[in-house]
Amino acid sequence: MKCTVCKGPAVIDVRRANANFCAEHFLKLCRDQVARAIKDFAMLSPSDRVLVAVSGGKDSLAVWDILLELGYQVDGLYLGLGIGDYSDSSGAFARSFASERGLHLVEVDLPTDHGFDIPTGAKAAKRVPCSACGLSKRHLFDEAARTGGYDVVVTGHNLDDEAAVLFGNVLHWQADYLGRQLPVLPARHGFPKKVKPLVRLGEREMAAYCVLRGIDYIVEECPMATGNKHLGYKEALNAIEAQSPGSKHDFYFGFLARASHRFTADSEAEQRELGACERCGAPTPGDVCAFCKLVARATSVPVELGRRA
Amino acid sequence: MKVLLRNPKRELEVKGPVRVHALLDRLEMHRDTVLVIVGDTLVPGDALLEDGDEVEIRPVISGGAE
Repeated sequence: MKCTVCKGPAVIDVRRANANFCAEHFLKLCRDQVARAIKDFAMLSPSDRVLVAVSGGKDSLAVWDILLELGYQVDGLYLGLGIGDYSDSSGAFARSFASERGLHLVEVDLPTDHGFDIPTGAKAAKRVPCSACGLSKRHLFDEAARTGGYDVVVTGHNLDDEAAVLFGNVLHWQADYLGRQLPVLPARHGFPKKVKPLVRLGEREMAAYCVLRGIDYIVEECPMATGNKHLGYKEALNAIEAQSPGSKHDFYFGFLARASHRFTADSEAEQRELGACERCGAPTPGDVCAFCKLVARATSVPVELGRRA
Repeated sequence: MKVLLRNPKRELEVKGPVRVHALLDRLEMHRDTVLVIVGDTLVPGDALLEDGDEVEIRPVISGGAE
């Protein structure tokens, strides 16, 4: 297999692009695709103070690395979610990445700082773990960006993630979610700007990027995610992609180009009436935000704190 | 050759030589959902794996979304 660019030995194929790449040209492809996403969607400007949410997984560490390569000023934010050994390991990968490169990593620990962990919080709130986790992460990302004075929060959502979420939102016609499923959410109502620079790259490419750059990341899957709907949607889309390479890209970017604007009104109507949470001050449509309600429910039952002191 | 599989972590002994695509077919794995790593670098689908190689087949799909 030869590199499509230089005809040297290739190390990876990218079927949706009908191309193969050597290590050097594959890494360039990843940087170029991120730079293009940033430009096309006006994600970042060179003077922005950027906070990237890092989980210790391939996507978040890759996007941190690529943004630094592209010259942006980027700090990391790691949230300890109290998911047993998985959180211990993922935190270690995030810390190693930062310390080996002399980068600043902000840490927030859910059990220490808010008195509960994700398994306990999910059970107390009668939510699936991924729902309690997503709610907590969104709130804590926003809070960390506000208190740290960051202009933009970056997440490592890639093309596979976005296509799978879109698939689920379309299956259930979640009009308000469809209106917000954009690669850039502008700052408003007290929320920081949020961007997804990896939307032009798939998760296999992000894993390959990490291997070729020597980035160690947590390969093990979160034990809470096993069997969740999102993974099922990914499997369904991968079966389609195997028959028709490029389908995920066409699905997601076709939605952005031709359909997402039709749902903007649904999303804006939901956000119009936001006030401040009476407990934490975060923007919320009610008196108390969803995260503070989760904290109240989770801490009203005995909590087994995470092992990290 | 030793073949390391992940999630869950386990090890197989496979007789070489065998091409990467053929190994993935034998293990019923789709090539778009994994990376094949020998040593510390990636190997493409047409690479020939030999006895004595230490091969990791690493899944790339991760989940966890609300």
